[in-house]
Amino acid sequence: MTTYIQPDATGHFGRFGGRFMPEALVAPLDELDRAWTEAQADPVFAAELARMLREYANVPSPLYEASRFSERAGARILLKREDLNHTGAHKIRNVLGQALLAKRMGKPRAIAETGAGQHGVASATACAYLDIDCTVYMGEVDTERQALNVARMKMLGAEVISVTTGSRTLKDAINEALRDWVSSVEHTSYLFGTAAGPHPFPSMVRDLTRGIGDEARAQVLELTGSLPDAAVACVGGGSNAIGLFTAFLDDSDVKLLGVEAGGDGYETGRHAAPITAGEVGVLHGARSYLLQDEDGQTLESHSISAGLDYPGVGPEHSFLAETGRAQYVPATDAEAMAAFDLLCKTEGIIPAIESAHALAGALRLAEELGPDSTILVNLSGRGDKDVHTAAEYFGLLEQSIELDDDAVDGTA
Amino acid sequence: MSRIDDLFERTRAEDRAALVGYLPAGFPDLKTSIAAVEALVEGGVDLVEVGLPYSDPVMDGPTIQAAAETAIAAGVRTKDVFEVVRAVADAGAVAVVMTYWNPVERYGVERFAAELVAAGGAGLITPDLIPDEAGEWEAASRTHGLDRIYLVAPSSTDERLAMTAEAASGFIYAAAVMGVTGAREQSSSLAPTLVGRLREVTDKAVGVGIGVSNGEQAHEVAAFADAVIVGSAIVRRVLDAETPEAGVDAVRELARELRAGVERS
Repeated sequence: MTTYIQPDATGHFGRFGGRFMPEALVAPLDELDRAWTEAQADPVFAAELARMLREYANVPSPLYEASRFSERAGARILLKREDLNHTGAHKIRNVLGQALLAKRMGKPRAIAETGAGQHGVASATACAYLDIDCTVYMGEVDTERQALNVARMKMLGAEVISVTTGSRTLKDAINEALRDWVSSVEHTSYLFGTAAGPHPFPSMVRDLTRGIGDEARAQVLELTGSLPDAAVACVGGGSNAIGLFTAFLDDSDVKLLGVEAGGDGYETGRHAAPITAGEVGVLHGARSYLLQDEDGQTLESHSISAGLDYPGVGPEHSFLAETGRAQYVPATDAEAMAAFDLLCKTEGIIPAIESAHALAGALRLAEELGPDSTILVNLSGRGDKDVHTAAEYFGLLEQSIELDDDAVDGTA
Repeated sequence: MSRIDDLFERTRAEDRAALVGYLPAGFPDLKTSIAAVEALVEGGVDLVEVGLPYSDPVMDGPTIQAAAETAIAAGVRTKDVFEVVRAVADAGAVAVVMTYWNPVERYGVERFAAELVAAGGAGLITPDLIPDEAGEWEAASRTHGLDRIYLVAPSSTDERLAMTAEAASGFIYAAAVMGVTGAREQSSSLAPTLVGRLREVTDKAVGVGIGVSNGEQAHEVAAFADAVIVGSAIVRRVLDAETPEAGVDAVRELARELRAGVERS
C-alpha cells in the first residue's frame, strides 16, 4: 500500500508532478530536498518543530462534534478544528516547518506567495517568530478583497508586494515569487504555500500538513470507536486536503472527498475546478490537472474564495483522482455560502469560505451516506478574513451602521 | 550535422561568434513579427529564436512579459509560430522555437515537432524543460532531426552541467545571470566562469544570454562564447517604437550593431 505514499526520486506521483523549472532553480531544489530529508531524520529538528507547533501554534487542534449542524445535515459531522490554530488556519503547520528549515539552511530571507492571505500571514508570523526577513507576493485583486490580511502581514513586519501582471491573482503571485527566487536563491528560501509546485514542495508540504489527518484519525477513533465513513476537505492547491487524506490512504473503507471551487457553476466555465475539468498540463513546475485553453495558455479561475482561486492543483491530488482513491467534486459559490451560513447559525462558528466548500461537500455526502454515517470535515480555517466578503454576499452591508452622537459620547 | 552545427562551423571559420536574436511570434501582431524577424536576418542575425508567447513566463522579466501579454491579447495562436519560423528560414537564417513547455505538450509533442520541421525549423529551446523531464521530446526530436537546446545556469552543479551538455544538441544555452531575462548595464561576470566550466565537460557550442543589450557587450561575450544571445533589448526596440515600421527599422539597426560586435578582430 506504500504506492500512495512516496513519489519517485524526482517527485513523480504516477504521471503527475516532477520538476518543470528553469535549470537555475534545479540545484537549489536539490539542496532543499537534501536539507529536508536530513532535517526529517534529525531528532533535534523534529523536537523543535513539535515544540513550536504545540506551544506556539496551538496544535494538535481539537476534533469537534458538530451536533446541531449534524441534525441539519442528516449525518454525524465531526469537524477538525484547524480554524483554532494560531493565525487561523492549517497553513501555520506548513510554514513553521519550512521556516525552521530555512533557519537551519542559514537563509536570512524568505519569500512567499499568497492568495487569500492566510499563507502570507502564516509566513509573516513564522518569520517574525524566527527572525527572518519576509517578503510576500500577492495578486492585486487579492490585496483588494483581502485588505485586512495585507494589514496583518505588514503589522507582522513583512513587505507585501502587490502583483499587477496577468490575472493579478494567486498564479501571478507565484510567477513573481519564482522570478524573485531565481535572482535571490543563494540567501532566500521560498516558503511555498501549498502542496503543488516542483519537487520537493508537494511531498514536503504534505509531510508538514499530514498531522491534520494523523491527529484526526486518532481523535475520531477515540471518540467513536471506529473510523469515519468519509473524510472531506476543500481543494485549491490542496495542502489541507492532502494533510487530511494522507492518514486515511490505506483505510480503503474511508471515502476521501475533495471539494473544488465550482464558482458560478461548473457548466458556466467560471470556476476553479481543474480536476473536475480533467485536462492535464504543466504549470508552476509540475504536471497536474490544469485549467487551460486549446493552446495550453492558463485560464483564469473564478471563485468567491480567494484561497481556492487557482487554475492548478497539487500533483498528488491528480494522482489520487486518477487512481480513484479520492473523489473530487465541485461546490458552487452559492452552495459554499449556504453551508457557511448554516455553520454560523447552528454552531456559532464562522468558517473560512474555503472551508465552507468542504462543508457543502459534506452536506451533499450526508444525503448519500445517510443518518448512520460519520463524516469527518477539515475545517481548515476561520472566517474572520471573509467577514467583508460574506457580509456583501448576504447583503448585510446595505444599511450602513451609523452611531449617533449620544452613543459615541456614551462610550467615551 | 544539423543546420545549427553547420552554422557554428561557418562562424568558427570566420573567427566570430554567431549572433542569436529573440523575438516573440505575434508581437505586436503576426504581420509585424514576421517583418521584424526578417529585419533581424537582414541586420546580420545568424539564428532567430522565435518565442511562443505564454501566459505564465516565470523566467522572463518585464520586457518579454509585456510582449507576451500583447501578443496573447492580439490573439496569437500556437500554429502562428510556424509561420514566423518559415519566414526566418526563407530569409536565410536558422530558426528555432523558444517556448515554455506546456504549449508544446498541449499541441502534442510529436505534432509540434513534425510541424516545426515542415516549417523549416531546426530545434527547440526549452527554458522550463530540463533533460530529466524530456523523454517524449528527446524521442520526437531524434525522429525529426531537431536540435534540443537546454539551458544551464551559474547554479548548475558540475554533474548537471555534464548531464545537460550530454543531452543537448546544436548548442548549450548558458543563462549567465541568476535572474530573469532583461537588458542589463553590464554583462555578467558569471558568464566566463560558466562557459569555462562547460568547456571542461563538452566540445559542443555554447551560447551566452540574458542581459546582453549592445554591440560592446556582444563583443565582450564573443571573446569566450560560440554564440551571443540577445532577447529583451530587441523586444524593447519594438515595444518603444512609435509605429510598427519604426520598430522593424530599429530592430534591423540593433542587429547590425550587434553583428559588428560579435566579430572577434
